Amino acid sequence: MAETNILPSGHTRIDHLEMLGISKRFPGVLANDQVDFSVTSGEVHALLGENGAGKTTLMKVLYGMYHPDEGRILLNDQEVSIQSPTDAINNGIGMIHQHFMLVKSLTVAENVALGSKSSREPLTDLHKVSQRIIDLGNIYGLEIDPNAYIWQLSVGQQQRVEIIKALYRGAALLILDEPTAVLTPQEVDEFFVIIREMAKDGHALIFISHKLHEVIDISDRVSVLRDGRKVGTYLTADATKGDLARWMVGRDVEFRPEIEVVERGEARLKIKGISCRSDLGTPGLRDVDLEAYSGEILGIAGVSGNGQRELAEVITGLRDATSGRIELDGEDISDLPPIARTDKLLAYIPEERMKDGMIKDFTIAENLILREYHKRPFSKRGMLNLKAIERHSEKLISNFQIKTPSQDTLAKSLSGGNIQKVVVARELSRQPRVIIAAQPTRGLDVGATEYVRERLLEERKSGTAVVLISEDLDEILALADRIAVIYEGQIMGVVQREDATPEKIGLLMAGVKEGAE
Amino acid sequence: MNFEIILHAGIATGSVLLFAAIGEILTERSGILNLGVEGMMLLGAMAGFGTSLATNSAWLGVAVAVLAGGLLSLAHGLVTIHFQADQVVSGLSLTFLGTGLALVLGEGLTGQTPPLLLDYNIPVLQSIPFLGPALFQDHGLLVYAGYLLTPFTWFYIQKTRPGMHLRAVGEKPAAADTLGVNVYGLRYLYVFVGGCLAGLSGALISLSVSPGWYSSQTTSGQGWIAIALVIFAQWNPFRAALGGYLFGMLRRLILDLQGPRLLFGLVNPLYVNSNYSFFLIMTPYILTIIALIFGSRAIAKKRAGSPSALGIPYIRGERGQ
Ligand SMILES: Nc1ncnc2c1ncn2[C@@H]1O[C@H](COP(=O)(O)OP(=O)(O)O)[C@@H](O)[C@H]1O
Ligand SMILES: [Mg+2]
Repeated sequence: MAETNILPSGHTRIDHLEMLGISKRFPGVLANDQVDFSVTSGEVHALLGENGAGKTTLMKVLYGMYHPDEGRILLNDQEVSIQSPTDAINNGIGMIHQHFMLVKSLTVAENVALGSKSSREPLTDLHKVSQRIIDLGNIYGLEIDPNAYIWQLSVGQQQRVEIIKALYRGAALLILDEPTAVLTPQEVDEFFVIIREMAKDGHALIFISHKLHEVIDISDRVSVLRDGRKVGTYLTADATKGDLARWMVGRDVEFRPEIEVVERGEARLKIKGISCRSDLGTPGLRDVDLEAYSGEILGIAGVSGNGQRELAEVITGLRDATSGRIELDGEDISDLPPIARTDKLLAYIPEERMKDGMIKDFTIAENLILREYHKRPFSKRGMLNLKAIERHSEKLISNFQIKTPSQDTLAKSLSGGNIQKVVVARELSRQPRVIIAAQPTRGLDVGATEYVRERLLEERKSGTAVVLISEDLDEILALADRIAVIYEGQIMGVVQREDATPEKIGLLMAGVKEGAE
Repeated sequence: MNFEIILHAGIATGSVLLFAAIGEILTERSGILNLGVEGMMLLGAMAGFGTSLATNSAWLGVAVAVLAGGLLSLAHGLVTIHFQADQVVSGLSLTFLGTGLALVLGEGLTGQTPPLLLDYNIPVLQSIPFLGPALFQDHGLLVYAGYLLTPFTWFYIQKTRPGMHLRAVGEKPAAADTLGVNVYGLRYLYVFVGGCLAGLSGALISLSVSPGWYSSQTTSGQGWIAIALVIFAQWNPFRAALGGYLFGMLRRLILDLQGPRLLFGLVNPLYVNSNYSFFLIMTPYILTIIALIFGSRAIAKKRAGSPSALGIPYIRGERGQ
């Protein structure tokens, strides 16, 4: 008995954990509504739901970061009170957050040691911690250099640090909040091997995702959340992808929308030999050549941080290129400032819509004219023409189905989906020649996602060249006519829609050239 | 003008800046910006001076000054940590509060003569040629303590577990919090410690370096220079010491430059019109700006520099932390 109860990492396992009737309210939202959830030792239990369904909230309740308004937690059939992350850790619960909780300026060992006692107080005992990191790494195939700084690590490596952090604290139950969102398909496979290994050893694992194929791949049971309520818990083996989608969204979903055939036209955007520096002064882009044609969506795939941001900024003029040339409809725009490029009808849907896409404390109406406020009819002789602005925003609010109490509402009080609609409305209503869309559906719910994608497809049909930069490979595969894969600031290859498979793109995303091993 | 005298005076004045700057480094490393240093310093100067007068013990004066600075800083802690108010606004208000309190409570202290902190020589070290007399002769014990405080603080921040927690709390409080580190508690602690050291540096002025109570002229803006020094030092105690002593020497140099009527054989403009010395008084700030410009590239590369969470209130569970 005693022997089977201990995990290889040396900790007692959690046979059964149960959350009963959990409710959590935020101002204006019921994020969890009477949710029941349970997980057992040796099981991978997936928690499936759209963005905003309440998955993270439920797990933060379990990890002591939120206090539920109602509900109880039973651990091995005993009620426990989890008031803080410390309580959770003491009960053997570990959590890997959707947004990594790592201190970038500290080393791996320091991050792991944070919060734990040291054997030579008040000094640190980092050599011991490092040894333990290596030992744990050996058990689960999580190799990592304990002395590396976090900022030096790739996202995949940072995730390993997060897992080691939890194991180091004796986690017998591990919550993984959207752990695959930042990984390449190959990294996901490696990650799943680790997860299975841990489950086999008797850990209890909660795997959060909104990606159906991953849930089907890895989980034993799946619980579906929708709008804060639990739809049900099912054996994964009994569920089909269609079922899961229907439970998650509440209606039937098409997986890969058929894309209308559109005749490809002239090259509208030409990028030749562009290089630039990253924020750290290291090479951000290296000698990038790309062309985007009228009537096509050019997808840019890649793992986060491989130059996507730099690419978008160089094209729009927000970052200086160190060499190379950019042409818009045959005209050299390399030396034009951002505003002149905008005036030449280059549209930009930025990655960080709250920061770069709009001014939070401006009204919807004001945000809708950010590109053209200095021109007639919105401004005459230096004065704003409020009537014209009002008419313009009324038109866009209705054309683009922006849900807002009024056009004088401050942008920051809208939901994420509606904020994105404001950005899309502003950019697309100008009949652009080229659109740079960076992560245009990130964090949006299914409805808003479909909306944005449809709009981009419409633009494609009307002859615009659309550059779709996305870390969501499924999105790229669904929409793009051609897919360029970016890795460490270089274009690894351009794949036609017909030839694109997740495996092929995934290899390029990991920096493996075709033909090479 | 004698370089040895300037160095000696610079070390003494620099110690004042050093204590305040090290306190502010600790506070800022925890993620809280406290612009109230000048107020805490002045309150410390007054409390130290007044207590020494009342009790005939300079050291009791120092203790009360430390406590006064610390307690005043807790007001800033309460406003910015508990109520999550804007740290800049609160810090500036703290300067007004501290200055006001010190001036009111210090009414009547001018011209009094309480016991002061004594000066000592350090045996052996004082006989080092040239540097010995400047560094190890006729300084108060607190000045000598400053020599030790610098490496100690560096070691504490870089090598101890509490120091590691301090760095984590100022860089990414959410990460520290999820591992059970008490973010709020630590921030209060380091705001308090920062206040204590500012109070101490105030007492060091009024009871040792330039003894006396001259209302707001007692500190005459040294709290602000200490804040500039923190930036100049890029939150590194050793650079703070270097900068502190350098700024201290500058202060003395400015005084000395006003003395002679002729400078290098020309009419000394500072002698003719002492208002010109304002330009010299600016030098610490100008040096800070220069250090910032040259430091920024190195910072971007080495990821050093200001703590990432500096000035941002931590709210557990809030998105985007
Ligand atoms: N700290 C918070 N403050 C206010 N609302 C929140 C907070 N966290 C989450 N919410 C809201 O609660 C709902 C559920 O969010 P979340 O649990 O993050 O969903 P998921 O992880 O499934 O995407 C959303 O409507 C979200 O806007
Ligand atoms: Mg989530």
